[in-house]
Amino acid sequence: MPATPNELGIILRAARTPALATLTRQLRNMDMAEDALQEAMARAVVTWPMRGLPDNPTAWLIHAAKNCAIDILRRRRLETRYLEEQWAEPAAPADPPEDGHLRDDMLRLICTCCHPVLTESSQVALTLKVVAGLSVDEIAKAFLVAPTNMERRITRAKTKLRDAGVPYEVPAPPELADRRRAVLKTVYLIFNEGYKSTAGPDLLRPYLCDHAIRLGRLLARLFRHEPEVSGLLALMLLHHARWRTRAGPDGDVITLDQQDRAEWDRPMIAEGLALVEKSLRRGDPGPYQVQAAIAAVHCRATDFAATDWPEIVRLYGVLERYQPSPVITLNRAVAVAQAEGPAAGLALLETIATTPQMRDYPQFHGARAALLAEIGDVEAARDGFRRAEELAPTDSEKTYFARKSASLPD
Amino acid sequence: MLYTMLIYQAEAVSDSFSPEDQEKALAGHRTLQEETKGNGQFIAANELMPATTATTVSVRAGREDITDGPFAETKELLIGFYIFDCADLDEAIDRAKQIPHCFTGHIEIRPVKYYDATAVDGAAA
Repeated sequence: MPATPNELGIILRAARTPALATLTRQLRNMDMAEDALQEAMARAVVTWPMRGLPDNPTAWLIHAAKNCAIDILRRRRLETRYLEEQWAEPAAPADPPEDGHLRDDMLRLICTCCHPVLTESSQVALTLKVVAGLSVDEIAKAFLVAPTNMERRITRAKTKLRDAGVPYEVPAPPELADRRRAVLKTVYLIFNEGYKSTAGPDLLRPYLCDHAIRLGRLLARLFRHEPEVSGLLALMLLHHARWRTRAGPDGDVITLDQQDRAEWDRPMIAEGLALVEKSLRRGDPGPYQVQAAIAAVHCRATDFAATDWPEIVRLYGVLERYQPSPVITLNRAVAVAQAEGPAAGLALLETIATTPQMRDYPQFHGARAALLAEIGDVEAARDGFRRAEELAPTDSEKTYFARKSASLPD
Repeated sequence: MLYTMLIYQAEAVSDSFSPEDQEKALAGHRTLQEETKGNGQFIAANELMPATTATTVSVRAGREDITDGPFAETKELLIGFYIFDCADLDEAIDRAKQIPHCFTGHIEIRPVKYYDATAVDGAAA
């Protein structure tokens, strides 16, 4: 028999989140649900190899975890009569939880983790812990904080939810759209943390991105017919497909024009492109779909020179209408320079040069310097690269701007 | 006789493969494909994108219905298929057991009633 995947681990991981979502509703306590489920999973690891994998692993885990919860409560000598009465005749594990009910429970779980009483960083931590099932140590490592600090952040978030009396529910339609946006933003923050990898060893990058994409797939199944959800998933896939080519062996930055496109992950790009096409067909565009469409233009180009720059200029213009921001104008200016020449790009950059966001933004000074070099203003270009180097937060970016400066003619 | 091996797996299960699990599954597929290409059993292999990319079309009484999906969390969905030329069902079952997803999903063996690959072969040429 050839090497086979570790089926027990795979099935157990797949059953974990739906089981936790249902248990949190039934126990009315996320901590208790997590503790009980952890014990139930430990039992599964022992029992399943002996008796065979259950037909419905999620139902098995829910059933086993309820018994674990009773044990835990007994151990803690708490009042158990209420729970015992409620579960006097627990559903047989053979009764499969219906897909629709599981979906509702998982939406409740995700919406609770991204509740507005929590800060963004708490939403991120709680989502990774509760929904993605990462350990506190793993999350702490990814965000370069001590595990005890991360543990405290998660405990505080749960206490805040409890103290605020946040109901375990999917909010009603007027609020649902806001919550969906918060959920998408949380997943995108996780992705960007991995993608930008502002610090720390490079291996963290694909790790967090993989988890964000997995969460994105889950969201696309849970929030159905929402093109922004598949837009976000497409955006993450189209960026992640290129991560291997974005840095050299020493961690130095490789810009889009220098990347080896043969190394891009083509199946991942194909899936991203399929999602972009499908979501845009719904005729209900939004910022994630537009950003995905921009990434799609880059992925379709056989080389940098073949990029459809006028289309990118147009799409950044659309994006600016959704999210007016000098960072997006900066991106549009870079595309304008490709489409119409460096002078046109510089003219657009001048319109944002005095904004507070751009004054200390290394990419602004770097992009401006590159265009100044193109029109022959070497001195101004050198000043710009030097300023970008000073402002750059990481060594690899500093090196990048220093090299750009050094490559200018005397 | 041609047999189609329809591979079903829940999407949540597909998402739970670790990179090592994926590598092992790929190795299993590679072995299966090498063997069946070597002895002439191999006809076709097809891996589908997740069902979040799917579109379902139906027309009833002249009215077309185009929807997203199917969506399912625990229900198993079609994720791909093989077509093998096998002497009999026993041989087909042996091949199905070699598909790595038989451990995490199900393989449905369906004898093929009609098969025409001219367009596919033409496109590949």
